Amino acid sequence: MIWDIEHETMPRADLQRLQQQRLQAQVATVLEKVPFYRQAFQEKGLTPAAVHSLSDLAQLPFTTKEDIRDNYPLGLAAVPPRQTVRLHASSGTTGKAKVVPYTVGDIDLWSEVMARTLAATGVTEDDVVHNAYGYGLFTGGLGFHQGAERIGATVIPMSGGQTKRQIIFLQDLGSTVLCCTPSYALYLAEVAEEMGIDLRATQLKIGIFGAEPWSHRMREEIQSKIGLKAYDIYGLSEIIGPGVSVECEHQDGLHIFEDHFLPEVVEPETGESLPYGERGELVLTTLTKEAMPVIRYRTGDVTSLNPETCACGRTLVRMEKTSGRTDDMLIVRGINVFPSQIESVLLQVKGVEPHYQIVVDRQHTLDDLEVWIEVSEEIFTDEIGRLEALQQELRTELHNVLGISARVKLVEPRSIQRSEGKAKRVIDRREVYG
Amino acid sequence: MIWDREHETMSRTDLQQLQWKRLQVQVATVYEKVPFYRRAFHEKGLTSGAIRSLADLPELPFTTKYDLRDNYPLGLAAVPVERMVRLHASSGTTGKATVVTYTAHDIDLWAEVMARTLTAAGVTKGDVVHNAHGYGLFTGGLGFHYGAERIGALVLPMSGGQTKRQIMFLKDMGSTVLCCTPSYALRLAEVAEEMGVDLRETDLRVGTFGAEPWSARMREEIQAKIGLKAHDVYGLCEIVGPGVAVECECQDGLHIFEDHFLPEIVEPETGEPLPYGEPGELVLTTLTKEALPLIRYRTGDITSLNPAVCACGRTLARMEKISGRTDDMLIVRGINIFPSQIETVLLQVKGVLPHYQIVVDRRHALDDLEIWIEISDEVFTDDFQRLEALERDLQSELQNALGISARVKLVEPKSIQRSEGKAKRIIDRRDAYG
Amino acid sequence: MKETQISVFLENRPGRLLHLLEAFADGKVNLRALSVADTADFGIARVIVDDVEAAVQAIRQAGLTAATTEVLRAEIPNAPGGLAEAVIRPLARAGVNVEYTYAYNKGGSENAVAVLKVDDMEKAQQVLGEE
Repeated sequence: MIWDIEHETMPRADLQRLQQQRLQAQVATVLEKVPFYRQAFQEKGLTPAAVHSLSDLAQLPFTTKEDIRDNYPLGLAAVPPRQTVRLHASSGTTGKAKVVPYTVGDIDLWSEVMARTLAATGVTEDDVVHNAYGYGLFTGGLGFHQGAERIGATVIPMSGGQTKRQIIFLQDLGSTVLCCTPSYALYLAEVAEEMGIDLRATQLKIGIFGAEPWSHRMREEIQSKIGLKAYDIYGLSEIIGPGVSVECEHQDGLHIFEDHFLPEVVEPETGESLPYGERGELVLTTLTKEAMPVIRYRTGDVTSLNPETCACGRTLVRMEKTSGRTDDMLIVRGINVFPSQIESVLLQVKGVEPHYQIVVDRQHTLDDLEVWIEVSEEIFTDEIGRLEALQQELRTELHNVLGISARVKLVEPRSIQRSEGKAKRVIDRREVYG
Repeated sequence: MIWDREHETMSRTDLQQLQWKRLQVQVATVYEKVPFYRRAFHEKGLTSGAIRSLADLPELPFTTKYDLRDNYPLGLAAVPVERMVRLHASSGTTGKATVVTYTAHDIDLWAEVMARTLTAAGVTKGDVVHNAHGYGLFTGGLGFHYGAERIGALVLPMSGGQTKRQIMFLKDMGSTVLCCTPSYALRLAEVAEEMGVDLRETDLRVGTFGAEPWSARMREEIQAKIGLKAHDVYGLCEIVGPGVAVECECQDGLHIFEDHFLPEIVEPETGEPLPYGEPGELVLTTLTKEALPLIRYRTGDITSLNPAVCACGRTLARMEKISGRTDDMLIVRGINIFPSQIETVLLQVKGVLPHYQIVVDRRHALDDLEIWIEISDEVFTDDFQRLEALERDLQSELQNALGISARVKLVEPKSIQRSEGKAKRIIDRRDAYG
Repeated sequence: MKETQISVFLENRPGRLLHLLEAFADGKVNLRALSVADTADFGIARVIVDDVEAAVQAIRQAGLTAATTEVLRAEIPNAPGGLAEAVIRPLARAGVNVEYTYAYNKGGSENAVAVLKVDDMEKAQQVLGEE
C-alpha cells in the first residue's frame, strides 16, 4: 500500500525539480541560521547561490558525527529552543552525546514518513502494532509509535525487555504487526518456543525490523520461525530517526523517501561521488527539516543505490541492505556503540587502562556484549567480594554510558590475543551483513 | 495558571449538572456495550435508567481490580478493537495483567487532563520538560509526554535509568521541569551530589512527582535539595493514567478533574459512602471515557475530599495526599506490586514455596526491593555456582513478572522472623505516607 | 600466628589450576596448603608455601596475577569440637568475623592447622593469644 501516492510515485523529473527547490531553501536556511555551516561554506568559497542544480550538491561540505558532537548540545540547531518541541539523543554520558532537536513541523514530518513506512509493509488502521523498540531518547520507540498512530492502528507501546510478557501479549492481544530489532525478533521466537508457544499460530503477519544490520539468512529464519513477512527499515536519529527508507512488498531494496532525504553514495576515503549501482558510503542531506537540517551527512553505512522504478509503483530510489560500516562503530541490540566509549569507562573506573577486548556474539539469538578485562596486579585482590563488586561497578557504568547492558568478564593476564603486541579490541562473532 | 478555565472554575452547581448529564450517558453506554456491567446491574435489580440523580450513584455496583483481571484482556471494553488506538497495562506475566485501552478520543482526553495537570504546576510553552517517567506500557511516560506536547513545551523523553546521563542532561539542556517518581527525584539529587553537580544551580523550577505515595517531609527534602517547587500528581491506568488529580500552586490538596472523573469516598469494609472530609477509600467513576468506561472503581487508595473553593480559583474538589492503602499492594519505584505476584514466581521457579520475606527500603534515596528466601534442604546445593544461578534465575523471573528489578538474598533456614509461626511477608522500611 | 598467604587469579576453566601447579613445581615451590574458591567466571587459588618470594616469582613467570594477604594460622586440638572451642568461639565472642577458612594437617604431628581470614587481624591475634 502506498500512503502518499503523489510523492512516492512522482516521475523522477518532477521529483528532482522538487528536490532542487527544497535543497536551495534548505541551504539558504543553514547559511542564515547555523554558524557552523556558514563557516564551512566560506572555507570552500561557497555562497548561497552556489546551488544552481542538484549536481552542485557534490561541491557542498560534508557533515560528520564529530561535527554534531563538537557542537554539543545544540550548536547545529537552526531554530531557537522555544521553537523546539522534542529532543532525542544517542547514547553517551559526556559531552559526546549526539543531541537532535525537532520542531512541531519535524515531528509531523517524522510521523508522516513513518506512516509511509508502515503502509509500505501493509499496515492499516485495522492492525494491532506490537512496538518493542525502546521508548525514550532512542528514536526507535516513539518513531514507530507516531507512525502507527498516524495510520490509526492500535499501538501497544511495549518498549524493550520483559520478554516473556511480550510473548504473552503477542498471543493474547491479537497483535498483527511486530516492530523490533531483527535479533530481538529471533530472541522472541526462541523464548516463545521455551514457553511452549508457537508464534506462527498467532495473528502476526507483518514484521518491521531495523536499527541494526541483518543478513538474508536471518530474514528467512525470522519469517519461518514467526510466520510473518519481514521488512527491513533504515534510519538514523541525525537525519530524523527511523523513516528514512523501507522495503516494499517486493523486498528488493529499501525505498528512500527522497522528497525529504536526498541520498548520495561516496567513496569513503576520498569523498568522491559514486554512480548509481556502485557501493560506497551513504550520504544524506535533509530537504525539509527545520530544527536541525544537515547537509551531506556521512552515515558511515555502506550501500548502493538503484533508481529504477519498482514493481510496487514507487519511483523512489532503492538502497540495498547495508553491507558494512566505514568505521569501528558496533551496533548492538539496535544501539550504536563505539569502542572509545568503553575505553573511557574502564579508564574512569580503575584509573588505569587495562588490557581489554570487546566480544560481540549472538547468544540465544540475542546480541551479547562482553567486555573482557585482564586482571593485572593493580586490579587483583584476594577478596572475591571485591572483585565481584568491581565487575558490578563496571557493568553499571557501562550501562550508564552505553544504554545497554554488557557483561564484564575478568580474565588472566595476557590471555587476550595480541597481534604485533597490540590487543585486538573488537571481536564480532555475529554474522550480520551479507 | 489554569489550562481550561471553563471547566476548572465552573460553579459547583453547573459542574454537578454536567456530571449528571455525562454520568447518564456513561451508564447507558456500559449497560449497552459491556456484558459485565449489564450483569452487575441486573444482579442489583437495576436497568440503565435506574438512577435519577447524582445522589443515586451509591446504588450502582462497584468495579474492582479483580473484575478487570477476570475479564482479561479486554472483556470490559465498550468499543471494538478497530476503534482502539492504544493499549497500556500494569505489570504481570500471566492472565493477571490489567490491560487498559483507549480510543482516539480517550488519548485526546488524556492529553488534555495532562495539559491541565502540568499547567496547574506552572508549566508553559516555554518550558523544557525532562520526563523521567518510564515510557512504554506504564502510563507515566507517555502520559506526561502527551500533556507537555499539548502545551507546546520542549519534551525530553528520558524514560527511566542511566541516572548519570539524566543529570548531564538536566544540566546541559536547560531543563526547567522535572517529571518522575518522588523517590527518583531524591536519587537524582544524591547522584548529582556524588558527581559534583548542584541541581539547585540548574534551571529547574517545577517538579511534578507521582506514581507513588510520598510524605510532606519528603517534599521538603526534594524542594531543598533540587531547588524547585514539588507538586503531587495522582492517577491510575485503570481510570486514564496520570492526570486524575494534581496540586496547584497552593499545594493544599490535589484537584480532581471532576468533569471527567467523579470521585466518592467509601468505608473500605462496608462500601458505605462517607461525607466530605472523612478519610476512606477513593472510588472513581469515569464520565467521558469511550474504550474503557468504569463505574465506581475501587482505587484502594485512602484519602478524603474537600469541596471548598481553592485560593487558586479552581472549584474542583481536592483530595488530600494519599495516606495509605486498603490492601497489601506495595508501590515500588512507581510500580504496583502485590505479594501474590512474588509468590507465583517463587513457586514457578522452585516448584515449592519457600519461606520468604519482602523487604522494601530506601537505599541511596531509591526504593530497593529485596526478596529474602530461606535456603531449605530442597533448595540447597553445595555448588556455589548453582546457588548463584538460582539467585540469577529468580532475579530475572521477578524482573519479567514485576517489571522492576528485585534483589534476591538467600538466607539461612528460620532466619526470617515469624510471628505465631507465620512469617511476616512484608517489611516496608520506607516512610512513604504521612 | 600471622602467616602470609598467596592468592592467584584463575579463570574458571580446565587446565588453569594445573598451569599454576606446574609453575610451582618448576619453581621448586612446596605447597603446604591449597584452597580454591570459585564463581561462575573466575576462581581464586589460595596457597600457603614455605618460600613466599620464590612462589610469587614462579606465579609471575607463569604469567599469572598474584597478591599476598596476611592470614591467621591457628593450631587445632585433635579432639571433637577442637576448632570450635579453641578458635572460632573466642573469635565470635570478640565480634571478629571469619571471612573464609581452610585447614591442613602438618603431617607427623597430631594437630591440624586452620588458616583464617578475619576482618580484624589485630583483635583476632589478641583474642587467640589470651586463650
